[in-house]
Amino acid sequence: MGEETPQTRTIAVGTIARVEGEGALRVTVKDGTIQDVELKIFEPPRFFEAFLQGRHYEEVPDIVARICGICPVAYQMSAVHAIEQIFGLHVDGALRDLRRLIYCGEWIESHALHVFMLQAPDFLGYESGIAMAKDHASLVTRGLRLKKAGNAIMTLLGGRSVHPVSVKVGGFSRVPSRRELEALKNELLWARDAAVETVCWIAGFDYPEFTPDYTCVALRHPDEYPFNEGRIVTGTGLDISVDEFERHFSEHQVSYSNALHCTLQGAPYLVGPLARVNLNHDRLPHAVRQVLADTGLSLPLRNPFHGIVARSIELLYALEESLRLIERYDPPPEPALPVVVRPGIGMACTEAPRGILYHRYRVDGDGVIREAKIVPPTSQNQGRIEQDLRLFLPRVLDRSNEEASLACERVIRCYDPCISCATHFLNLEIRRDQ
Amino acid sequence: MTSDGAGDEASAKSLSGERRGESRASCKSRSVSIRIIGLGNGMRGDDAVGLLVARRLRREVEDRVDVIEAEMVGVDLVELMKGADVVILIDAARSGQAPGTIHRLDASVGPIGGRIFPQSSHALGTVDALELARAMGVLPATVIVYGVEVENTETGEPLSPAVAKVLEQLVNRILQDCETCRA
Repeated sequence: MGEETPQTRTIAVGTIARVEGEGALRVTVKDGTIQDVELKIFEPPRFFEAFLQGRHYEEVPDIVARICGICPVAYQMSAVHAIEQIFGLHVDGALRDLRRLIYCGEWIESHALHVFMLQAPDFLGYESGIAMAKDHASLVTRGLRLKKAGNAIMTLLGGRSVHPVSVKVGGFSRVPSRRELEALKNELLWARDAAVETVCWIAGFDYPEFTPDYTCVALRHPDEYPFNEGRIVTGTGLDISVDEFERHFSEHQVSYSNALHCTLQGAPYLVGPLARVNLNHDRLPHAVRQVLADTGLSLPLRNPFHGIVARSIELLYALEESLRLIERYDPPPEPALPVVVRPGIGMACTEAPRGILYHRYRVDGDGVIREAKIVPPTSQNQGRIEQDLRLFLPRVLDRSNEEASLACERVIRCYDPCISCATHFLNLEIRRDQ
Repeated sequence: MTSDGAGDEASAKSLSGERRGESRASCKSRSVSIRIIGLGNGMRGDDAVGLLVARRLRREVEDRVDVIEAEMVGVDLVELMKGADVVILIDAARSGQAPGTIHRLDASVGPIGGRIFPQSSHALGTVDALELARAMGVLPATVIVYGVEVENTETGEPLSPAVAKVLEQLVNRILQDCETCRA
């Protein structure tokens, strides 16, 4: 589990269970004081930023969908919006609604999986979702059925439930009929009720008292809970357009991980459901705000363990929003707007299930990608996870390494980290002295 | 090249309906429902082998057997198996044996070894999904898992020769399983 001398103790979590991707954590404690907290990534580096160079813009949505099996829509949405900015395209009306709807499908899939299968076992005292299923088969059945409601939206709009293939610059390759969308309604109505019950169930868990000081970061739209559009705002008053992202946020390489760490003016920050709810709760529909109020929790949520509450609130919101969008759907005249290629640089930020996802592309006059930059949410949260661990660890240092490791894993899972998305190819510069 | 897993004998009995009364009844019925599910990631070299075997089998069995290519399916495998009497899964495996080695395991009788099926990068791998189905009481009566030892799972690579070579062999073997079950 770790190496120990009388003065030095190492807590090593070789493989972090129940997170997306593969990661490890190493904590070094010397004379009772925490020296180092290093969240390590050993998923093979992602080549996607380099892989996209030289590809035609039409290929981008299908390529970036492959970055993650859990949040492909987020990658597709950030990509198409960035490229549409270059081409001066503005997707509106029913096509815009369909993009919100497919994003709802992804949030439902991702949030249901994390809430029921990945994080609930921590609060109910099980080592895994499988162990939990033996005693709580009906709960797990509910979670899987909720996830399936999200799968159905993804399959209808995206062509399949994993790595959707219908999203394109300008719209979709195919749009559904009104009848096809209405066929989803009954199950979504069941799912909405199930999500309300889920929030109540989760709000009743025992949460450790733990309230670090966070800087929350999320998109904010004038009148919607954010998916594809909005300004980037923080809990500390920053309010910038997406074009200004790289002026305020920067990525750094750390020696122990091949994921980049992103900081806001040099400091860690929080993205994801907790940050979104804190910054956008007034954009939730009244019914969802009421369910949040009924939990008795006061805003802003400061405890990272309440991330599961925020996630279940967003699960409910995504179901409410799906039903609203289906209700008002009137198929667009064409599945996609016509595209006129022009060279330029475009950037977009959308709200992936785990937080803001920034893309920037440089496209030449033939529509070929010359440069791509992708900043996934987990690389933004990594610094925050390490900070939380530094603050949380003193409470568990007197426990065995095994117990302390499990406690650390629980902290990490609060963030639903998608480590496979957060890994980047390392640009290596070799200097040779002559 | 073929080296079967420890559960092979049990799985053969399971498919011929000799192991359990219920399996025998369902397999002898013409209405026995067989579902073949190929698993993997189509863009990661040998990790695509399950998908490719399923695609090849679909041409052979036409509409007599359900065939599903389930890419990066994770927990949804529980749902995909529902309603079938017999499920045959094909997935990539990594146990240190020679690339192209075919393992055949029976998940109907108990957990299959997690060591040969690498943990999925998406939370629940094949072994986990099977155990989840078992814990929930929804595991089909007969579940056979074929694992093909992989060599190269790098992004964008084709099947390595050792794995490509056994693809037809595995297709034929699964067709035999289907015949046995319907006999």
